[in-house]
Amino acid sequence: MKNIKVLGTGCVNCKTTFEMIRRQAEEAGVTVNLEKVEDLPAIMTYRVMSTPAVVIDEKLVHSGGVPSRASIQTWLES
Amino acid sequence: MWNMVLHSKSELKIFPEDYPLIFLLVAVLLWVMIYSHLSDFSVVLVAALPMAQTGHLADALRFLVFEVPKVLMLLIAVVMVMGMINSWFTPERTRAILAGKHEGIGNIMAATLGIVTPFCSCSAVPLFIGFVQAGVPLGVTFSFLIAAPMVNEIALALLFALVGWKVALLYLGLGLSIAIAAGWVIGRLHMEAHLEDWVREMARIDPAFRPGKLSMADRLQAGFQSVHDIVGRVWLYVIAGVTIGAGIHGYVPQDYMAGMMGKDASWWSVPAAILIGVPMYSNAAGIIPIVEALLAKGAALGSVLAFMMSVIALSFPEMVILRKVLKPRLIATFAGVVASGILIVGLVFDAVL
Repeated sequence: MKNIKVLGTGCVNCKTTFEMIRRQAEEAGVTVNLEKVEDLPAIMTYRVMSTPAVVIDEKLVHSGGVPSRASIQTWLES
Repeated sequence: MWNMVLHSKSELKIFPEDYPLIFLLVAVLLWVMIYSHLSDFSVVLVAALPMAQTGHLADALRFLVFEVPKVLMLLIAVVMVMGMINSWFTPERTRAILAGKHEGIGNIMAATLGIVTPFCSCSAVPLFIGFVQAGVPLGVTFSFLIAAPMVNEIALALLFALVGWKVALLYLGLGLSIAIAAGWVIGRLHMEAHLEDWVREMARIDPAFRPGKLSMADRLQAGFQSVHDIVGRVWLYVIAGVTIGAGIHGYVPQDYMAGMMGKDASWWSVPAAILIGVPMYSNAAGIIPIVEALLAKGAALGSVLAFMMSVIALSFPEMVILRKVLKPRLIATFAGVVASGILIVGLVFDAVL
């Protein structure tokens, strides 16, 4: 099972990103361990400079802005 | 039927991807053609309405029907171009450029890069820490942090569309000057000790930066994306703002504002404009149509610019976010230095013009 973390300080885009991943995982029937990280020091350990950012299995795959549906699909499938 | 729609949509999507330059050229030509005829359209449209063609309502409507598409078209064009330019200036690249720069030249570069680097106030803190970690001096970081929200493409495009290029240029120059000067002053004050402890304890990182390879089609895509994100978010504010502006144009008597915010108003009109501006949290999109209306009704340029800058650059929510990384004294210094800069600009303008 994949561990997916959405990093962000609680802005609208971060919530949208979280919801998009949750919904797309549900639609695809993939069970994921989805988590929202809002604690700043924790976010900074991934060395991102713009949020929302997405971390999969402790690897940073995206930062800055809401990801596209297509890229979420790729993350879920890979 | 549904299939057909999907099919044609994917073809539409593929064209700009395959021929980005041709697409850009065609788009620019179409844009210029429509934009240069907007005034005619609005006259024809209002003339077709079954109502009196003279009087307040017709004036306000003609203004609205002309102004809304004009402003939205300009906004789309500027956001599109900036979205593409932004794809060259990622925050990581800007940081690599600024790391190790000395104060002075660093402040100037930071403020200038603040215009072209994509910035959202929700990312202000990660960006701040990222800069400090990579060894960008505190004052230089502040120059960036002040310029990025204040001198942004939306503010400049709207000022240009509604008030004219002179005021837009003036705003650009003054915004940059305030960001450079305020950052420099904060750097001189050596307030590194007033960063929150956990920020100071974070490991230094190497700002080395590998530029990703982006094709023209990718940059075009980035432009579309930012039009979708930004215009999608602010179009309603623009229409609301222009509508309020149209109401002011049609109904508020000329020179009504002159008494309160005009040249001959009392000395306190600039500080009052700044104080009113701070708790107001609006983006450029909502505030500039109102700025235009205030100016048209006789408010002085200095007071209005000061008001606008303080609404955009000094917002209460941003202070709350920054409080997570800055101790109260540094926040207060930041707000105080920026407010003084705006105050000087406003007072000088009201006195000179």
